[in-house]
Amino acid sequence: MDASELHTALQLATSGDTGLSLEKRAALGASLPLLQRDYRFERVWFWGCIQGVRDAYYIAQGLGPDLAAPRSRLYSLNCVEWSLLPPATEEMVAQAELLEGRFQGDPSFEYEYAEVNTEDDERFLDDGKELTMKEENRLVATIEQIDRAVGIIPRRAFMKTPLGSVHENRNFEGLSLMEAKKLSSYFHFTEPVNLKNKTLLEKADLDPSIDFLDSLEHDVPQGSWTVQLEKGSTVVVLRSLLWLGLTFYHVPMTKQYGYIYCGTGEKNLDLPFML
Amino acid sequence: EHGPYLPHEPGYGLYQPGYGPYDDQTPDPEHRMLSFQNAKAYLLKSSVTSGLNLYDHLVNVLAKILDEQPTDPVDIFENISKDVKAAQFQKKMDTLRDEHEVLPSFDSAEVRRNLFLKTDGEGDEEREEMGETPLPNVMETAFYFEQGGIGLSRDETYLIFLALKKLVSVQPIQTCRFWGRILGQEMNYIIAEVQYHEGEEEEEETEEEEVMVEGEKRLDEVEDEEKEKGEPLKSTYKPPPVIPKEENGTGANKYIYFVCNEPGKPWVKLPPVTPAQIVCARKIKKFFTGRLDAPVVSFPPFPGNEANYLRAQIARISAGTHVSPLGYYRFTEEEGDEDEEGGGGRDECEENPEFEPLSAFEMVESLSTWVHHVPSILNQGRCVWFNPLQKTEEEEGEEEEEKDEVPDELQQEVGPPLLTPLSEDEGIQNIPAWTASVSTKLTPQYAVAILRSNRWPGAYAFACGTKFGNIYFGWGHKYSLGNHTPALPPPVQPEYPDGPEISEATDPTVEEELAFKAAREQKSLESMEEEEEEEFEDEDDDDD
Repeated sequence: MDASELHTALQLATSGDTGLSLEKRAALGASLPLLQRDYRFERVWFWGCIQGVRDAYYIAQGLGPDLAAPRSRLYSLNCVEWSLLPPATEEMVAQAELLEGRFQGDPSFEYEYAEVNTEDDERFLDDGKELTMKEENRLVATIEQIDRAVGIIPRRAFMKTPLGSVHENRNFEGLSLMEAKKLSSYFHFTEPVNLKNKTLLEKADLDPSIDFLDSLEHDVPQGSWTVQLEKGSTVVVLRSLLWLGLTFYHVPMTKQYGYIYCGTGEKNLDLPFML
Repeated sequence: EHGPYLPHEPGYGLYQPGYGPYDDQTPDPEHRMLSFQNAKAYLLKSSVTSGLNLYDHLVNVLAKILDEQPTDPVDIFENISKDVKAAQFQKKMDTLRDEHEVLPSFDSAEVRRNLFLKTDGEGDEEREEMGETPLPNVMETAFYFEQGGIGLSRDETYLIFLALKKLVSVQPIQTCRFWGRILGQEMNYIIAEVQYHEGEEEEEETEEEEVMVEGEKRLDEVEDEEKEKGEPLKSTYKPPPVIPKEENGTGANKYIYFVCNEPGKPWVKLPPVTPAQIVCARKIKKFFTGRLDAPVVSFPPFPGNEANYLRAQIARISAGTHVSPLGYYRFTEEEGDEDEEGGGGRDECEENPEFEPLSAFEMVESLSTWVHHVPSILNQGRCVWFNPLQKTEEEEGEEEEEKDEVPDELQQEVGPPLLTPLSEDEGIQNIPAWTASVSTKLTPQYAVAILRSNRWPGAYAFACGTKFGNIYFGWGHKYSLGNHTPALPPPVQPEYPDGPEISEATDPTVEEELAFKAAREQKSLESMEEEEEEEFEDEDDDDD
């Protein structure tokens, strides 16, 4: 969520554990604006925290004027000093999917691949040495996966200009309560996959400046999002069941929205059994 | 500077109005006025499709912009134009008036507001002021958890506090605690852990007994009918003995749990948990929907609905993650408690008046400063082991008949004793069972020690000075490395092996029977002749 709304957002989006003690929360309020100044970001989003066994990583994202451009990600262990993370590559993401288990909490920790059975992995072993992956890279890859899979925004919040860049829609006044309860009013904020497969009839109803992303309606498996009205039906909270810990909140008819991830950084592969 | 050109000076005609170099193209002011009017008439022309005209539309758009004064109007000009056009379609005078929209938030607000009203039971006011109230200080516990970043927002916690107060005023409760919140797909559960006053047990037990008695009666009737019909074979199948649940007030059923979906909604009591439910809950992993009567569809089939599954998970979480600082509880001093049933495990612990707290850093450094104060649940599903081979007095008469089927002796199951330190907790591979942290490193004098469980993600505990607390915020599942593999269905039972004793043979036809009969008679004739010959031979032999 936006760093400026951090305090209200944490009240609305909490599932019980925010991972942020009061001290860290106060520290964030002081260090995030400094990040904006030092790295010359247009805006800073506090992405959330990934809890390792010993320590937790706190992640912030900085965005430039084009919201669809690759974002810079920074991590910190104490919410005061931030370090830039390397950008995510496909190879990193593929390697990270093979790892399982919790994060350790130490960015220089090296994971060793225990089982290398499939033929695909033989490619990696061409060098002849043990396959290792640093925790930092695993962190980057996990954040990228989570953003791709479950990073969501409400419909009409972002607009695509004719030049291709994505901007915030200044006319967005919030979803109505009826719209907010439907999954089709929320979009994945990544490269769309299903959009091209829509029939021409459906595409005719879409507004190319607003509907340029995939909506949540057709997520597989169905039921992987829970939509709830909390706090006396004043806040709509969406929680992902695929990545447990991702919470998205929106106050209908206002401009407040955002998502935060606070969890162990593991995909819930048991989802089909649990529904 | 040159003054106005006078007619006799050169360059006179160049700057005169009407005589400039381009003035011959708009010769007349009248013409300019005419072109202006043409342009305006064009703008005022109404469109056939929408009935608007551009002139009025531009007037409205500019008026809106000047009224509202947004920043950078040129960037959102199209949107403003669209909004103004959309506003045209609202009728001002309409005989049909929109019904005032009733949002669901109003109903929820009403429910919450009722929490703040004082209901009947005003007579209890005096007792409350005396200080002996079972209501826990939820806000104080929430404060300590908040230091560690755990908990709901403050106003939500306060509403839960008021909801607990309502619960306490309605039910005869001795101790009460906010246990935590479990998330569900449609709705969430807020759970309160409660102990009744002694002797205030509900009457649901008698209801169950009545049901049992009726069931038995019906069975007897059926058996009588069968005997009358001629006694069909009774099956020799004996189902495995049902392990009885623990008494209310002991073991896994020590506390009673009440749940509600939102603060303000009525509290519902959860039924006590049976060992079969706990054993099954260990094998399945399902999300909660938020409705207590929802069925739990799983394999192995769960004996109960969502209320039972919820109760089983609560029991497991409590047994696995309720911890307290070392020394807070101590064993009750009783004489002769070595020979109790179940071996040397002690079941009761009480608060230790001589408890000396450690600093937060010491609590966090090593896990041996924390202990479990809730008995763990054995594989059987109970806290105290039950020997299913113990025959009751009624069945002893039948023992003599069934001596063939004595099963092997079951091993008594023993779990870790009460008040084991957390350092004995097993981790999962290289992940320790708990993660400890302090709430602040900058002000260590007031730091709170926070424990997060890794085996049950969502279970938290804090300790600060003489205070401690446990709470759960999560989905209600245990952490499992690797994928959850549900139990496979049991193999298909083998059929009775095919053998000659059960294989059917075709009945012989009449000809075959006659032939067989003839052959038999012939054979008997032959054998009789042989016997006669033998007799003759014998007689001959005897004569010789």
